[in-house]
Amino acid sequence: MVELALPRNSKVRKGKTWPAPTGAKHVKKFKIYRYDPDDHRNPRLDSYEINLDDCGPMVLDAVIKIKNEVDSTLAFRRSCREGVCGSCAFNIGGTNTLACTSFINDYKGDIAIYPLPHMPVVKDLIPDLSQAYAQLASVEPWLKTKTSAPERERLQSPEDRERLDGLWECVLCFSCSTSCPSYWWNGDRYLGPAVLLQAYRWLADTRDEFAGERLDNLEDPFRLYRCHTIMNCTRTCPKNLNPAKAIAEIKKMMLARQ
Amino acid sequence: MLSIFHRITGVALAVGTVLLVWWLVAAASSAAYFAYVQGFMGSWMGIILLIGWAFSLYYHLCNGLRHLFWNAGIGLELGPARRSGILVFHAAVGLTALSVAIAFAG
Repeated sequence: MVELALPRNSKVRKGKTWPAPTGAKHVKKFKIYRYDPDDHRNPRLDSYEINLDDCGPMVLDAVIKIKNEVDSTLAFRRSCREGVCGSCAFNIGGTNTLACTSFINDYKGDIAIYPLPHMPVVKDLIPDLSQAYAQLASVEPWLKTKTSAPERERLQSPEDRERLDGLWECVLCFSCSTSCPSYWWNGDRYLGPAVLLQAYRWLADTRDEFAGERLDNLEDPFRLYRCHTIMNCTRTCPKNLNPAKAIAEIKKMMLARQ
Repeated sequence: MLSIFHRITGVALAVGTVLLVWWLVAAASSAAYFAYVQGFMGSWMGIILLIGWAFSLYYHLCNGLRHLFWNAGIGLELGPARRSGILVFHAAVGLTALSVAIAFAG
């Protein structure tokens, strides 16, 4: 539902400051959102001063360094550290992106890191994505066929395969969905750009034989049509994909089949 | 930014329609009442409202055309979408200025 102000228990307090080691020359301050559901207190913003001469080049390097060497209570998700798993998506410097593919040096001044916006927070930088995952499951993101299984793989021409470029690369980090005002306001009914891009990935696949049923499932004032081409999704995507265009293509398919 | 502006100008247009109806009803009721409404429209308050309404109309129209292209799958990459947004804003300002110029010249 529409929420214009933060709920009372979401107001962010000032937090602790963890100073840089003495003698550090290149210091960068990371302001990180902290929330612990167990201490029954409002979230706070902790400041960590990091010596960049003793730290990897990526934002994720700094966050891991904080957890390993400064404050082990910091909670966040991460895995591959090379932009293919989609785990370490945070709101960094006001933009949703992957910490592992963002250079510290690309940010001027302090770097503020928050969890993905407008999602329930489990702890610190970890958002609860269960609803987004359930929405993903609802579009059945796998190959579905009616014809009986052939002797060997279902083949595709290089041209047909090319139609999937810009779609298969999505790592499901949900940076796009959580940057979308329509998803903020109607996230319970609108599927959001990440899931709709996945839906189109299977609609565009020439081997899939359930396009009609897939479109039926999306033919709904909310699931698909809450997209108003705001383009925040495309602007924020850490993999430079274009969910807005994928959604427009679904809308075109809806028209074409009438 | 431009996208929320589309909605805001849409609301402004809906409210502006009430103004138009008020004007028409006044014209149909009596010469004296029409003169009163005409006086309001000619006052600085009325003129500001009319200019705002004209801008809303042009912005909503131009941005609506932008949406029409998007619906055809055209101009959805970041660069073209940004340029068309800037174009729409300038077109709306220009058309409003042109309308004001014609209204005050005529």
